[in-house]
Amino acid sequence: MDQLLFNSGFPILSVLIFLPLAGAVALLFLNSDQACRIFTLVVSGAVALLSLFVLADFDTATARFQLVEHHRWIEAFNINYTIGVDGISILLLLLTTLIMPFCVLASWTYITARVKIFMICLLVMETAMIGVFVALDFVLFYILWEAMLIPMYLLIAIWGGPRKIYASVKFFLYTLAGSILLLVAIIWLYATNNYSFFIPEMMWQDYPFSAQVLVFLAFFLAFAIKVPMFPFHTWLPAAHVEAPTAGSVILASILLKMGTYGFLRFALPITPEATIALAPYVLWLSIAGIIYGGFTALAQQDMKKLIAYSSVGHMGFVTLGIFVLNVRGVEGAILQMVNHGITTGALFLCVGMIYERTHSRELLSATGVGKYMPVFITFLAFFSLSSFGFPGTNSFVGEFMIIAGAFQFDTALQRFPTLALASIPGAVLAAAYMLRMLQKIIWGGTNNPDQSWIKDLNLREIVVLTPFLFFVLWIGLGPQPFIDLMHCSVDHLLQQFEAHQNHAIAAAGALIR
Amino acid sequence: MSFLPELTLLGVSLVFFLLSLREANGKQLHAIAAGMATLVLLSALISLKSEGELFFKAYQVDYFSQLFKVLIALGTLLVILFCDRHPGITATVQAEYYLFMFISVLGLMMLVSSVELLAIFVSLELSSFAVYIMVPMRNRHSAAGIQVEAGIKYLLFGVMATGLMLFGMSYLFGLTGSTQLAVITEQLNLSFGQPAAVVAIILVLAGFFYKLAIFPLHFWVPDVYQGSANETTAFIAAIPKLAAVALLIRLLTLVNGETEAIVGLLVVCALLSMFYGNLSALVQKDIKRLLGFSGISHAGFVLVGLLTLEHEGYATAMYYIIGYVFMNLACFLVICTIATKGENVAIEDFTGLHKRAPLLAITLSIGLFALAGIPPFVGFTGKFFLLVNAFKQGHILLVVLAAINTAIAIYYYLSIVRVTFCTDSEIREPILVGGRQKILSLLLIVIVIAMGVAPSPFLEMTSVAIQAIM
Repeated sequence: MDQLLFNSGFPILSVLIFLPLAGAVALLFLNSDQACRIFTLVVSGAVALLSLFVLADFDTATARFQLVEHHRWIEAFNINYTIGVDGISILLLLLTTLIMPFCVLASWTYITARVKIFMICLLVMETAMIGVFVALDFVLFYILWEAMLIPMYLLIAIWGGPRKIYASVKFFLYTLAGSILLLVAIIWLYATNNYSFFIPEMMWQDYPFSAQVLVFLAFFLAFAIKVPMFPFHTWLPAAHVEAPTAGSVILASILLKMGTYGFLRFALPITPEATIALAPYVLWLSIAGIIYGGFTALAQQDMKKLIAYSSVGHMGFVTLGIFVLNVRGVEGAILQMVNHGITTGALFLCVGMIYERTHSRELLSATGVGKYMPVFITFLAFFSLSSFGFPGTNSFVGEFMIIAGAFQFDTALQRFPTLALASIPGAVLAAAYMLRMLQKIIWGGTNNPDQSWIKDLNLREIVVLTPFLFFVLWIGLGPQPFIDLMHCSVDHLLQQFEAHQNHAIAAAGALIR
Repeated sequence: MSFLPELTLLGVSLVFFLLSLREANGKQLHAIAAGMATLVLLSALISLKSEGELFFKAYQVDYFSQLFKVLIALGTLLVILFCDRHPGITATVQAEYYLFMFISVLGLMMLVSSVELLAIFVSLELSSFAVYIMVPMRNRHSAAGIQVEAGIKYLLFGVMATGLMLFGMSYLFGLTGSTQLAVITEQLNLSFGQPAAVVAIILVLAGFFYKLAIFPLHFWVPDVYQGSANETTAFIAAIPKLAAVALLIRLLTLVNGETEAIVGLLVVCALLSMFYGNLSALVQKDIKRLLGFSGISHAGFVLVGLLTLEHEGYATAMYYIIGYVFMNLACFLVICTIATKGENVAIEDFTGLHKRAPLLAITLSIGLFALAGIPPFVGFTGKFFLLVNAFKQGHILLVVLAAINTAIAIYYYLSIVRVTFCTDSEIREPILVGGRQKILSLLLIVIVIAMGVAPSPFLEMTSVAIQAIM
């Protein structure tokens, strides 16, 4: 247990997990829609503020798990309630807590039917998402990971668009089917580690190579579907298009990150040798995702679909950064997870705001609103620039680090930088599809529909978008504080990796022979 | 004292026998039945801690049997409370209906205590024959004849299974010269290598595979589930399965030494049950039929725990079947409540349920998600523990295939939730949900969540129970 720093004081992480759940239960007793909205906003706002205490208590000088809480749970199977944060999870935890109040605000007028259940779903989601990022017991992790499907399914299936049934069922089946083998892998790890589900103890063990490969593949299936990586991405556009705005934001900003978080938290430390052996395949899948996502986004007429496919491309960059397995790449990947959460979340909010006015997600029916919505367009322009990694915005920093990591990967192999160069078209494509969307929405052409009746953003909507813009520029211009938060943990992760590298090369050699 | 629940049941049955002699109105009968069932539950609770042997060691009273008796009594009480007038049961035989229900419960309670082959046989038949009669008691308005077909099918398949079991029992007796399970265990230890012993045990198990609806003996399930009145199906789907698991555990303790053949067979049965049940359920339109097929696959899961042949596996199998009873009853509560005329319920009939009866919609969804094995409900923890135990015994392929089955199953459960929550219907009328149904709904929801979130006390309980017989 030397990798843990126990939390002796206030159990802040537990409060973050259970406060939304308690709020969801309390919501059952509220009757008016407006009261439900305000109450949910207060609860998620309180969680957001409380999460800042985690940041204040966080020690950036250690790679160990911090603020750890440990309670016995199911003794017969040695399952514990163990939670803690480290440099990899803290940013995602904060992203989750900070984005939730804005999801509530974004649904203020968008959701008019069955408001109470909607808000309950949001709060239950928040509990599960926070829990997933801080769980240090594999069963706890798995329970929250799966339990999340129910509220998310309901969010899409009840408040979704015309094809909500198809989209929600596809989302549920895909994700569930993917994580089934994860469960088997967890049981294997439990049996091999003296019947313990404690995640840090599973890391950096010398499992046999063949077993590692199987466990890695189980991890890969679960996480790659969640990310989603290239051949497993088909549920994403459907789910994004049909989900209500808040659902899309949660999906894009947080749920997708769980896949990449899973890679970092589980696949790399638990199956290091298999990771090294299989990384080239994952890298090329990432490249495929980047280019495929870019080209498909270029052809979309539906704004939500466009952003959804752009997510496939952006998440391809993240997995690229993770699997180049060097400090620059991994740090860039984590930063890019946060960036994608901010930028894509904001873009979905923007589309939602147009949708509330025109009741259409078609690009053609939103052309030329620039003239009548100057404030909106300002925001949209910033987020679009950020989406394709314009210098000065957050994604530039992340993508730059990832591509630098990819070059370093190629250099380390002493070869022509094929990998890094292969990812470049993705960045170009991103500029093409985002600018195309931006151009149409702002100016359009000669046959724009009459948009003169459209009202610009109201105060609530401006309040929702401003913090996103703030972070876009902050991370874009001064990313160092964010990198400092994760640096120690990433460094530690990769140092451990070095130690296993020689093993892996030998094992991979044996495999080839 | 140790025979108190059975005596109470006997008395209750007599009361209903007398009541059946005169005209009585349904409401009054129901009130009496509910009171009586409560009495039975209380008597089972009182004798929970008692221990002893009765009837020349044919009848064993221990924590294991008493715990099952409490569960059987609790399940019966819940089923009786589901609806106060039985719209699906012919009006003139309502007293008889309760009579046979209580006799069947009596048989099941005797079954879980029986440790001698003849006692097992007699108790099993007592409980089965009563249910054979309950099935065709459904009235003609709600079922246009299929209840008779169901009754006959149930009877014929049941008799066949009994025949197999008796055949196996004769082998056991022939091999060991005794009908006492304890003696048989000892004697079989000496002669276990013989194929005759394996065949004998498998044949005896078959009788209970029938009750639990394990693959080759599952044929009765869909038709009987569909043909019986809703409350009868709720009873059949839950209560006898408890007793069947109890007896399977008792019988499997016979197995030691050469176990490969039997375990292999159980693995095959478990897998076939899961795949057959889940794949067939995918295409069902009638909710009871669907739950019947899902029941087959769940029986396969229970078998995953039993085939480990060790203490923890049995304990989790027991935990799982208890959880299954409550998840299943949650679904049946909704079915019984929305079928106001006792008719069969198609999945379509749940259209717009979230508007017509929000609490029922939530109860149904939680029951279904739990059956599907989604955390944090008991279905997940149960399946997870079963898989962990099977993995510890080295059944890796079984674990993988069982896990894949959960993924198949989710589709049909989800399609019901979808109809419940995502459809609006102006044509269908709202459903009146009485105060009692509301309380039952909340109770079942709480149990399903509590057993999933805090399984420790329940596991402790089942573990102690298994300890009592090992």
